[in-house]
Amino acid sequence: MSKGLPETRTDAAMSELVPEPRPKPAVPMKPVSINPNLLGYIGIDTIIEQMRKKTMKTGFDFNIMVVGQSGLGKSTLVNTLFKSQVSRKASSWNREEKIPKTVEIKAIGHVIEEGGVKMKLTVIDTPGFGDQINNENCWEPIEKYINEQYEKFLKEEVNIARKKRIPDTRVHCCLYFISPTGHSLRPLDLEFMKHLSKVVNIIPVIAKADTMTLEEKSEFKQRVRKELEVNGIEFYPQKEFDEDLEDKTENDKIRQESMPFAVVGSDKEYQVNGKRVLGRKTPWGIIEVENLNHCEFALLRDFVIRTHLQDLKEVTHNIHYETYRAKRLNDNGGLPPGEGLLGTVLPPVPATPCPTAE
Amino acid sequence: MAATDIARQVGEGCRTVPLAGHVGFDSLPDQLVNKSVSQGFCFNILCVGETGLGKSTLMDTLFNTKFEGEPATHTQPGVQLRSNTYDLQESNVGLKLTIVSTVGFGDQINKEDSYKPIVEFIDAQFEAYLQEELKIRRVLHIYHDSRIHACLYFIAPTGHSLKSLDLVTMKKLDSKVNIIPIIAKSDAISKSELTKFKIKITSELVSNGVQIYQFPTDDELVAEINGTMNAHLPFAVIGSTEELKIGNKMMKARQYPWGTVQVENEAHCDFVKLREMLIRINMEDLREQTHSRHYELYRRCKLEEMGFKDTDPDSKPFSLQETYEAKRNEFLGELQKKEEEMRQMFVQRVKEKEAELKEAEKELHEKFDRLKKLHQDEKKKLEDKKKSLDDEMNAFKQRKTAAELLQSQGSQAGGAQTLKRDKEKKN
Repeated sequence: MSKGLPETRTDAAMSELVPEPRPKPAVPMKPVSINPNLLGYIGIDTIIEQMRKKTMKTGFDFNIMVVGQSGLGKSTLVNTLFKSQVSRKASSWNREEKIPKTVEIKAIGHVIEEGGVKMKLTVIDTPGFGDQINNENCWEPIEKYINEQYEKFLKEEVNIARKKRIPDTRVHCCLYFISPTGHSLRPLDLEFMKHLSKVVNIIPVIAKADTMTLEEKSEFKQRVRKELEVNGIEFYPQKEFDEDLEDKTENDKIRQESMPFAVVGSDKEYQVNGKRVLGRKTPWGIIEVENLNHCEFALLRDFVIRTHLQDLKEVTHNIHYETYRAKRLNDNGGLPPGEGLLGTVLPPVPATPCPTAE
Repeated sequence: MAATDIARQVGEGCRTVPLAGHVGFDSLPDQLVNKSVSQGFCFNILCVGETGLGKSTLMDTLFNTKFEGEPATHTQPGVQLRSNTYDLQESNVGLKLTIVSTVGFGDQINKEDSYKPIVEFIDAQFEAYLQEELKIRRVLHIYHDSRIHACLYFIAPTGHSLKSLDLVTMKKLDSKVNIIPIIAKSDAISKSELTKFKIKITSELVSNGVQIYQFPTDDELVAEINGTMNAHLPFAVIGSTEELKIGNKMMKARQYPWGTVQVENEAHCDFVKLREMLIRINMEDLREQTHSRHYELYRRCKLEEMGFKDTDPDSKPFSLQETYEAKRNEFLGELQKKEEEMRQMFVQRVKEKEAELKEAEKELHEKFDRLKKLHQDEKKKLEDKKKSLDDEMNAFKQRKTAAELLQSQGSQAGGAQTLKRDKEKKN
């Protein structure tokens, strides 16, 4: 099943995508791209500023999901990523609250602002994942939740009188925490990632990386990468969505060298060399979270927030959401793709999660 | 407007959380912008105005290039639209500019239907976008948006008031597109006449309820300049692609015996204001208004027309799904009926053909039988003849043998007699 992202966006490709002129009385000619010479400043590049101002005004939504067994440091990591208490740690739960019997989905939203940019961040926690004795199908509630968000968005979009800005609750990024055993991936990890990499952007992270030495770390990462490849698991950034050569080289580097990121999280500050840094204090030294020699947290943060945040949202919107939508609209059986709305039906939402695309 | 969205969501149970350090998502607008820059932008302008008002020249002047195309004649039988797309590049920003011009507007004797091709064209662009949006497999993020973002309406510089054609056309267009009225060839009007003309035009537009595009005044950065510009509408412009040396610079200007009109001189005409407003400040807002206001309105009307509703008369929310089901079943029912009809017709035809063929077959059989009978008769006759011939032959043979016998008997008798004589002789 093709996901339809083009390799290049040449002008030729764009003019090919112009729809056939319908029979209408005044038939305009099919657009021809001509490249005129510019003799003076027009001011087209001011549109960048205009666009930037507009986006700053509208604000952003970002929804990040963390999945992993309890005790792997998920909440701490999210708090470290966004430098604020956005996630309630399990250890701060009431003693009486036991580990949930099934996987629960807890979504908590916060508004954070920086440099004039307002962001509504939603952290979706999944307590109970992988914690039972029998963990079969424990990814199903998660898959269901993700599909529910797509469904919500689809319903809004299909409305006749629809909102100007549809609230976006779709999961843009899923951080999957791999336990630092040093050996290989667990079957649960593989199963989860196999099922979910088709519906959401998965970024695998090796949690509590301060338990591994440098050699162990690099060996483990290599093994994990190999296993993911062997099992056909496409984690973000997916190879098939690299748009141009620049993206490809950049992403290749990340895919083949850095991922999965081995991270350490902490929200406590210590004094190191006269500076206050986030870190973990141990008898044998202080592990600095943002020090690239110690762990790859800074890489993860830069990757997710500073360079690929927008891309995560776009891949979710243009590809995962479109796949879901196409599947939903096609589910009434047999209509060829590309058919117009007349003659399509939105079937009732299936009780079990939608079968993932082949 | 959207800042209040975030505020509202805060009220809905999200708390604002302070940041303890630099996270880095303030680069998000940059990430977004970079993406858009690599994708390129598109902008579509529609120029509506009578032939000869300088539409093409103004476009050339605005974008500093010579767009191709010959000037139209006055003898067009109806209004048509001519559309051309150009790729412009400035620093690292690529713009796909589409300019649509009316051809033959205002030239006919009966101008009642002049606005129709324009409205149909605009609707057709909305329709194309709607169809793409409703597709099952769609590629909206690389779809070439052909919806008209801005409509420049050229008013003839009569100095008196708007023509009724102008009023009617603008009234039809104001709910479909952002209209920016401009006074063309404004070097034909003096300063004092111009102020009176502008006031008259604005008052006529207001009294007829024509909604022209107002530059947005909600963003503090541009509110002031947009506000003042709103007061200068409609802009009185002059277009020229000729460059003349004035002072020591080359400028775009028009040379008259009594002086030179400089296009980019704000005291001479409002061209600079138009360029500022249209391109340098509000291009993005024009695109957004087209998408969020005009397109949504079109979409809503179209879907309602097709029979989809959000709530039924009892104001219970109708799920779109039920409407779709109903429509689909109706559609399928119709299809089935048609299929049945066709099948019936087919069966009928087959029967007829079969009957025909049977007839033909029967005829052939009869013919065959007849021929056979003929043959048999012939054969019988021939056989009879043969028989009679045979009889004759037999009779003849008999006579022959009889004759021969007689002959042989005779000779035998003669021989016998000789034998007898011999015998007698012997004896």
